[in-house]
Amino acid sequence: MAERTTSFGWHMIRGYAVLVYIFMFLPVMVVVLLSFNASQFGSFPMTGFSFRWFIELWENEAILRAFRTSVILGLLTAAISTTLGVLASLALVRYRVPGANMISTILIAPILVPEVVLAVALLLFLNFLGVNKSFALLLFGHVIFTLPFVILVVQARLIAIRRDVEEAAMSLGASPVQTFFQVTLPLMLPAVLAGALFAFTISFDDITGTLFWKPGGVETVPTQIFAMLRNSISPEINALGTVMIVMTVGLPLLGAAIARQLSKKSGL
Amino acid sequence: MSVEAREKRQPWILLSPALTAITLLLFIPLLFILVYSFWLRTATGADEVGFYLDNWREALTDAFYRDILLHTLRIAAITTLLCAVMGYPAAYFIARSKGNKPVLLLLLMLPFWISYIIRTMSWINILGVSGALNTFLLWIGIINEPMQMLYNEATVILGLVHFLLPFMVLNVFVSLDGIDETLEDAANSLGATRWQSFLQVTLPLSLPGLAAGGLLCFVLGAGTYITPLVLGGTSDAMFANLVFEAIITQLNWPLGSALSLMLLAVLGVLVMIYNRYLGMAQLMKGLG
Repeated sequence: MAERTTSFGWHMIRGYAVLVYIFMFLPVMVVVLLSFNASQFGSFPMTGFSFRWFIELWENEAILRAFRTSVILGLLTAAISTTLGVLASLALVRYRVPGANMISTILIAPILVPEVVLAVALLLFLNFLGVNKSFALLLFGHVIFTLPFVILVVQARLIAIRRDVEEAAMSLGASPVQTFFQVTLPLMLPAVLAGALFAFTISFDDITGTLFWKPGGVETVPTQIFAMLRNSISPEINALGTVMIVMTVGLPLLGAAIARQLSKKSGL
Repeated sequence: MSVEAREKRQPWILLSPALTAITLLLFIPLLFILVYSFWLRTATGADEVGFYLDNWREALTDAFYRDILLHTLRIAAITTLLCAVMGYPAAYFIARSKGNKPVLLLLLMLPFWISYIIRTMSWINILGVSGALNTFLLWIGIINEPMQMLYNEATVILGLVHFLLPFMVLNVFVSLDGIDETLEDAANSLGATRWQSFLQVTLPLSLPGLAAGGLLCFVLGAGTYITPLVLGGTSDAMFANLVFEAIITQLNWPLGSALSLMLLAVLGVLVMIYNRYLGMAQLMKGLG
């Protein structure tokens, strides 16, 4: 069907798609551009090229603190969420579970409940139990919110791993636990890493729930940016935006590359 | 224990941590706020335990809340429509492209990874009084002084479309990618024009993806409160802003509970209608 991609209609679609790509990227590119602006104000016209806002960023205690909080929170969220998600995915893919569809729906329910509602429910319930706004509440919230995504990612990849390999290991005398750690886990490692990365990124980016759950004085990177926006948009925010763009785009790309390497090595 | 019994028990052991977490951290809290919504907030600021309908009466009959709910649903609907109009052709382009499909898809998904708050605020750099657009228009001489383009309903919708478009593209792409291209050729060989074969073959087959993308855009759009805070004006609050206001600012937890359950109910009906006709499996395909 060589003609399909050369017809007039196709050119129209391609042109339209290019406009959509520009729409998606333009604001982001402007953030990066303005972060190198020498001017005091985070806006046009540009007065020169400078790294000064990145240096100020590096010296900003509040932002560094928020950054540490976000990283620790993201890592813990990823660890817990991935563990729960991998176990659940194994059950759903490897066993015949009665009511599997129902269970899947229950497991992705946190995506379908508006985050604001989830945030209110969790905040009020834990407060009722005597858990005040705290890092723990923040962590619970992030785990419950990222879990469905981990399960979806891991499940999709797990389906592609053939059962035979595990059965072969067991028939050679490996116990189920040995089989899991020596056969299944290495095979599903790319999916586990992808799930963990997904959880980390979502946690790192979350602001809706975080504003409800965070204790006073604790800021994550998004809530810190949000607080800074109340004054005006400073070049420092653009610099922070640039750092985050490099991080959030760079990390998944790096993760994908590692996952591809690992799956190549394992020969699947 | 027999092998069979173990086979039966094992999946439940594996599932129990996740199911316990979701029960404890989602379902029980939801039931809890249902109970809480019947409590009464007294003048002293303390909550009185009991069965009062005051919060629900206020939430359901006050025109203020109703108007903002309708406003929220309208914004979510417009956003979803725009996402479909912008996302469908883009997804079609990627799915039918002869080029490197994964790279094209990844490129459109990249902004999805970029922080929501950064993406939202980035529009200030474009549309602000000294933003890119005003600077450009002044420079080419179309306008003499900068225009105020920010802080209205249109910019809220713009920000939401920018945030939600990747969800739409991904869902439609998954759907289109699963359609056998030879079906279109068959339609063409039977005398259909390319436009006819698209309308009668491809489009109907891709509707589940469009519906899944639409549902996500609508639910996520209707539940947002950061976008109107950053890009909206004083009168552009959405329903989630009311919830935040009641819970965090006024500490009126019973009313906040009733309001959040109201939002959940409205969106829940939508999810149930979707589930009734298309099923959750479709949604999971597009999310993974």
